[in-house]
Amino acid sequence: MAETTSVSVAMVGSGGAGVLTTGAMLLEAACAAGWNGLLTRSVGPQIRGGEAAALVRLATRPVECLADHVDLLVGIDWVSAQRFEGEIALAPGSLIVSDPDAGPPPAALATAGARVVELPLAQLTKANPAWRANMIALGAAARLLGLDEHVLRDTIKQHFEAKGEDVVTANVSAAQAGGRAVAAATSGFRLAPPLCSNGKRWLITGNEATGLGALRGGVRFAAAYPITPASEILEWLAPNLPKLGGTLVQAEDELASVNMIIGASYGGVPALTATSGPGLSLMIEALGLATAAEIPIVVVDVMRGGPSTGIPTKSEQTDLNIAVYGLHGEAPHLVIAPQSVTDCLLATQWATFLAEATQAPAIVLSDQSLGQTQAAVSRPADVSFIGQRIRAADFSAPYKRYALGGSGISPMAIPGTPGGQYTADGLTHTERGIPTSSAREHGAQLDKRRDKVEGYAYGALWATLEGEGEVAVMTWGSLTGVAREAIARARADGHEVRLIAPRLLLPTRPVEMAAALNGVRRLLVVEQSHGAQFHRFLRAHYTLPQETSVLHRPGPLPIRPGEIYRQLTEGKLL
Amino acid sequence: MSATAPLACKPGDYKSETKPIWCPGCGDYHVLMALTRALAALGEPPERIAVVSGIGCSSRIPAYTTCYGFHGVHGRSLPLAAGLKIVRPDLTVIVASGDGDGYSIGGNHFLHACRRNVDLTYLVMDNHIYGMTKGQPSPTTEPDFDTALTPGGTGVRPFNPLVVALASGANFVARAFAGNPHETANIIVEAVRHPGFSFIEILSPCVTYRPDQRAWKDRVHAAPVEATDDAARAARRLMTDDGFNLGVLYRGNRRPYRPAAAAVPCDQLELEKGFEI
Amino acid sequence: MSDASNIRAIDSPAALYALAYEIETDAVERYKLLAEQMETHNNVELTRIFLDLARAEGLHAEEICRMSGDLGVEAKDGPIGTWRTESPESADLNSAHYLMTPRDALLMALAGEERALAFYSGLASAAGDPVVKKLAETFVDEELEHVELCRRLLRRYPLPSGASAGDDPDPPFAVD
Repeated sequence: MAETTSVSVAMVGSGGAGVLTTGAMLLEAACAAGWNGLLTRSVGPQIRGGEAAALVRLATRPVECLADHVDLLVGIDWVSAQRFEGEIALAPGSLIVSDPDAGPPPAALATAGARVVELPLAQLTKANPAWRANMIALGAAARLLGLDEHVLRDTIKQHFEAKGEDVVTANVSAAQAGGRAVAAATSGFRLAPPLCSNGKRWLITGNEATGLGALRGGVRFAAAYPITPASEILEWLAPNLPKLGGTLVQAEDELASVNMIIGASYGGVPALTATSGPGLSLMIEALGLATAAEIPIVVVDVMRGGPSTGIPTKSEQTDLNIAVYGLHGEAPHLVIAPQSVTDCLLATQWATFLAEATQAPAIVLSDQSLGQTQAAVSRPADVSFIGQRIRAADFSAPYKRYALGGSGISPMAIPGTPGGQYTADGLTHTERGIPTSSAREHGAQLDKRRDKVEGYAYGALWATLEGEGEVAVMTWGSLTGVAREAIARARADGHEVRLIAPRLLLPTRPVEMAAALNGVRRLLVVEQSHGAQFHRFLRAHYTLPQETSVLHRPGPLPIRPGEIYRQLTEGKLL
Repeated sequence: MSATAPLACKPGDYKSETKPIWCPGCGDYHVLMALTRALAALGEPPERIAVVSGIGCSSRIPAYTTCYGFHGVHGRSLPLAAGLKIVRPDLTVIVASGDGDGYSIGGNHFLHACRRNVDLTYLVMDNHIYGMTKGQPSPTTEPDFDTALTPGGTGVRPFNPLVVALASGANFVARAFAGNPHETANIIVEAVRHPGFSFIEILSPCVTYRPDQRAWKDRVHAAPVEATDDAARAARRLMTDDGFNLGVLYRGNRRPYRPAAAAVPCDQLELEKGFEI
Repeated sequence: MSDASNIRAIDSPAALYALAYEIETDAVERYKLLAEQMETHNNVELTRIFLDLARAEGLHAEEICRMSGDLGVEAKDGPIGTWRTESPESADLNSAHYLMTPRDALLMALAGEERALAFYSGLASAAGDPVVKKLAETFVDEELEHVELCRRLLRRYPLPSGASAGDDPDPPFAVD
């Protein structure tokens, strides 16, 4: 039987079936066996007991996005499963595992002509009351994927050992029964043996990686106000910040959390908060204050479907406008966008470093698809980006907090330092920080704040640049991995396609972008935005090739590699 | 404080050279005087003090001191100050606001600052009006006070800051009058020394938009009873408060806010082990 | 507010000197503050008047210093420790106004001196210690002179006939 390097599994169920736990365990077991992969999920609107789908992709090497279609669909039950029609696309070679007593799979899901394998869940659980349907299904899925039984058993043990020996035994037995029940079926896909990894690997979500990146970057204070899908960042930081001597405080609202981090940073401590679109809207005024008063802060925005309350549990790339243009007045600041689950760590660490270096606020534009996806990744390398602002130390002359000259970055006096007293102010001010309405002073400070961020040496991290050729795909954020896979397919067809994905969205990099686009004749811009925010942004600030086309649509459904690949071929770019 | 040692700092050491923009006759001049006297009496050098404010006439005060200052955005002085104090417990943090900044847009933060009980001293210079923006009613303005924005008055019952502070858990609640700067200074000293969130409502007349407040100096009077540490007793007193009782109402015993410390500290690498496959 | 009974017992000449000195220096500070305010608000004449008043109070402070001789004028408990209420002589900053006239300023000064007079009179009659009593009476005499001076100066500035405070045709300006 031919082996494959990537398999996608969807497990659906409802009413407390434990689908998401099962999906997580499948990924864990596969990773323990040496494979890589990722897990994402989709749920109905109920808080509990709703319909749920765990979407797992397993692969021989690390993957950054979901595949075009699902190879194996396991239905613990089919209640309300038609909801997942857009997210679970089967192919003719796919397999559906279904309980004959649960009725047929929804027509919407079964259209592709996939084969059905029966798994008598109701019968088995009736005969063995201690067995749970989701564990039986897990065992079946593992068998069909060629996952080692022992590894699965160990995973189950780890998960349930706290609940006692009996529960572990029951669950292991249930899984084994599930495996036996589908033993005769041929799945048509077995994962090739895992590639040997030469380093440590982690299983981590984008939100966790964001939190860790903050710590690596030197953040030691966070203020928190919960919001979907960013809360996990703050919940991960809550116990872990104190372990490193830091503090997290829950605030009464986003206005409080952003102002608290400004206060903490003014006091000398790198500080961060995390939110989503609606919260970022509330924080905009304070971001302007941090810009004007030159106080470094990091605000992570895990983007979700908008506008307004939008679709809190789904991803979109539509906060670009507010992140870049949202501040009133002229307020140059930093906007950094992570490109994968693992890049959430580096991007947040780098953002903290840059905010401190330039004494400006940094917005990290993550999104729900990165934040809430769990992926197997190589342990991110240690990078020496530790946020450390330049502190004022020489007070022989009257201290000028906002002194002009040089790079535009003026040393900051930390409260407690004798001689360094100044009043930080959102009002336009002189070099000494005294409010003024003078044209000369205003102009000088505007130049200073612009020059310090535009003139900073950002280096190669500003963008991901891969490949050669006259054709390029330009995208950002979570679509970087998707574009990469589409480009790999085009390369396999013999086409040269470049990938250009800026990580630093603001300040713009005209020189570097021109170099990246040098020689590109046809460009495809890809983004998850109804109004093509990224494309308009590029048009406003950069010169794009004559033949530029845009593939853009809103959430909630993720853009798949196949869509980009089709656009490249059918759009006559190749 | 030693009875015989001369003061290391004088009030003049806390006053900067920046000339206030306040109208002559403004109560805030007295508040500045009271503040500088209080800081001198407390003996902390200016570099160890931070004065944090929002927006409004009273919020201009940080630049008029020689301390570290932060003139933040409208209504957000309390979270700004809380973030600073939590990471820098070594500093003395004074928060300054007005009735508009503090009780209207800042009202939510006021409530939670009292709950949270971070060791701050909050001075609200209350003149029953929005002075800086030219005379709109504030939450403490009388309901029948006629203004351009609210002809005939708001018709809305005024906010009662002492009641809200007490009910929300402020650990020290007082009212002062700018026209008595010495007494106000004494109360500020006490408030700073008292642990937790200390709130002083300072009646500070606005000479430009509320010339009627010249009469305040005849209306204010010492509170008839001593301060209490019993919140219920303080609440009963507030029920007969005429809005011009001066003095400390309540000195509580709540523990000031302490951020959670880790049971077992560790290093970065230790933390990351949790992700290993 | 400047009720003598609110003051800690003035039980020695040293304490009275310290108190009197502080009353004067407090008054100096107030007048200087008013002069600064008037300067910032472009009222040149009032700036000068308040500086003159500050100077006059300063002279009185020096006088007290000289009178005290070896006793000195240092307040042993510090300024806050001495006062639980307001200094009688200090100008009420709340009665200032950017359009105030010289007459207004002198009325302010007169009110201060009259309060000081009442204060020392009360102190003198209540004092038990004869030395303190005598010293207080000296201050009473001094303040009487100041009151008279103020009244004389006021005669130079009769009641206004035309413009008065509050007659600025421009409305107030919002700067924030």
